Amino acid sequence: MAAALLEVHGLVKRFGGFTALNRVTLHVKEGERFGLIGPNGSGKTTLINCVSGSLRPDDGRIVFAGRDITALPAHRRTRLGIARSFQIPKPFRSMTVQENLDIPLEYAGHARSRDAGAEAAEILRMIGLAAKAQVRPAGLTQIEMRKLELARAMAARPKLLISDEAMAGLSSAEVDDILTILFRLNGEGITIIMIEHIMRAVMRFSERIVVLDAGERIAEGTPEEIVRNPAVEKAYLGE
Amino acid sequence: MRTTGGALLVGVAVVTASVVLALLKVNPYLYFAGYVILQYILIATAWNILGGYAGYVNFGTPAFFAMGAYTAIALIKLGYPALPVLIVAGGLVAALLGLAIGYLTLRLRGTFFSIATLALSVVLQTMIMNWEFVGGSRGLSVLRPRGAPFGNYVVFLFTVMTLLAVAGVLVARFIERSWIGRGLAALRDNEEAAECMGVPTLRLKLFATTISGFLLGVAGAPFPYYVTFVEPNSAFALDYAVNALAMPMIGGTTSWVGPVVGAVLLGSASQVAIVTISSEMNLFIVGVVLVAFVVLAPEGILGLVRRLRGR
Repeated sequence: MAAALLEVHGLVKRFGGFTALNRVTLHVKEGERFGLIGPNGSGKTTLINCVSGSLRPDDGRIVFAGRDITALPAHRRTRLGIARSFQIPKPFRSMTVQENLDIPLEYAGHARSRDAGAEAAEILRMIGLAAKAQVRPAGLTQIEMRKLELARAMAARPKLLISDEAMAGLSSAEVDDILTILFRLNGEGITIIMIEHIMRAVMRFSERIVVLDAGERIAEGTPEEIVRNPAVEKAYLGE
Repeated sequence: MRTTGGALLVGVAVVTASVVLALLKVNPYLYFAGYVILQYILIATAWNILGGYAGYVNFGTPAFFAMGAYTAIALIKLGYPALPVLIVAGGLVAALLGLAIGYLTLRLRGTFFSIATLALSVVLQTMIMNWEFVGGSRGLSVLRPRGAPFGNYVVFLFTVMTLLAVAGVLVARFIERSWIGRGLAALRDNEEAAECMGVPTLRLKLFATTISGFLLGVAGAPFPYYVTFVEPNSAFALDYAVNALAMPMIGGTTSWVGPVVGAVLLGSASQVAIVTISSEMNLFIVGVVLVAFVVLAPEGILGLVRRLRGR
């Protein structure tokens, strides 16, 4: 399980004169639970947008499962096995929860329309949304919306799941709920990158953590190492 | 009408009915007005593939319609007056224009896309006005081919437009129910999420703009033979931009039924208004009805029906 599933080499992304990512390099191993943390504006979401294909980096390379995907459009990356949830949920509002899942099942999950229904039902049951299958997103609570984000990403049958702040704004019990789901997905062999501000959750979940600050990678290590790292403390709390 | 076979059957029945109606030789005005309504069914249906399914509001309908009409005029002048040739060629030229518009969606979304399509219409009209070969700003008279079926060319055009409208509606219905329609709905709801869920958004948008453009061009190609005198102001009329948008909005944009219902209602209403009140009143009526629907029933008549059924 030591092979790198995702390799990011010297990634640079600028917005005008602002450098959001400055030669960031990181590796995520197959089957790993990987944490990505950093203060607000440190470039976490920009990095994820570059990996998932929503943004084109100015420099650097992204390799997934041994294949250079730097120039691939987002939908091709999803088909190769990279799925993500969005920090601010972006459901398909005109569709029911079930139909929301049908889109990735049909376009990325290689499901025929016949068994798409069964697959969607199974994902919804696993994630705890089965009762809401015929509801439109407008009728969902915050946590249900986050679960829909995860369920929809799951429907793409990913090898790598990127969870972008799936827990922000949730209660402590709800955070545990989401964590249980992510642990279970990881148990099924899915590599997971978790971006999170809730330290309790990241520290409990991650096997390895990379810390970004102002677009630079400032630390990497196990949760215990990260907690004791003076550079990380400085980035979060100042001098 | 649940199955494709059923829809095809209904389509054949409608076309047959129009041929029977053509043979009956009723009041000639009915064919004349019927043609306009059928033309609007095709225009509204074509517009809705891009505006309703994909959510890209096109204000440049006149540009596509006029591309069809002026391609026909150019071909007639070049000595290729056969109607099927004009229809296919007019559709293809407008489809190319649609493809070009499709690439605009890479950079422009929402209102900005709409403004760009409006500008496109103005630019093309100016170009046509300065192209003497097709009549320039003075316009051009067109001679209809002789020996029309049913003994009258307008009656013949009425049946042709029925066939085209039925074909257009069937195409829209097929797209809506296929994986393409589901992908378009996803990108209409949220383009970034759709792309990240494996939907090839650019390819689907290009498909939608091209097929929408094609059908709008098809609607415009028989226009020279229908009016026999074409000038830029009639081919690029504001009516097409407003009606193409108002009809689906009033009927309901999420299903192929919406544009048909909207075009029949609004098309008939404005034909009645033209005869009984004045030709200027019809745009006024369209405007008032559109405002009323946007405020009171934003999901159109289909949305109203669904709400009444309690779904």
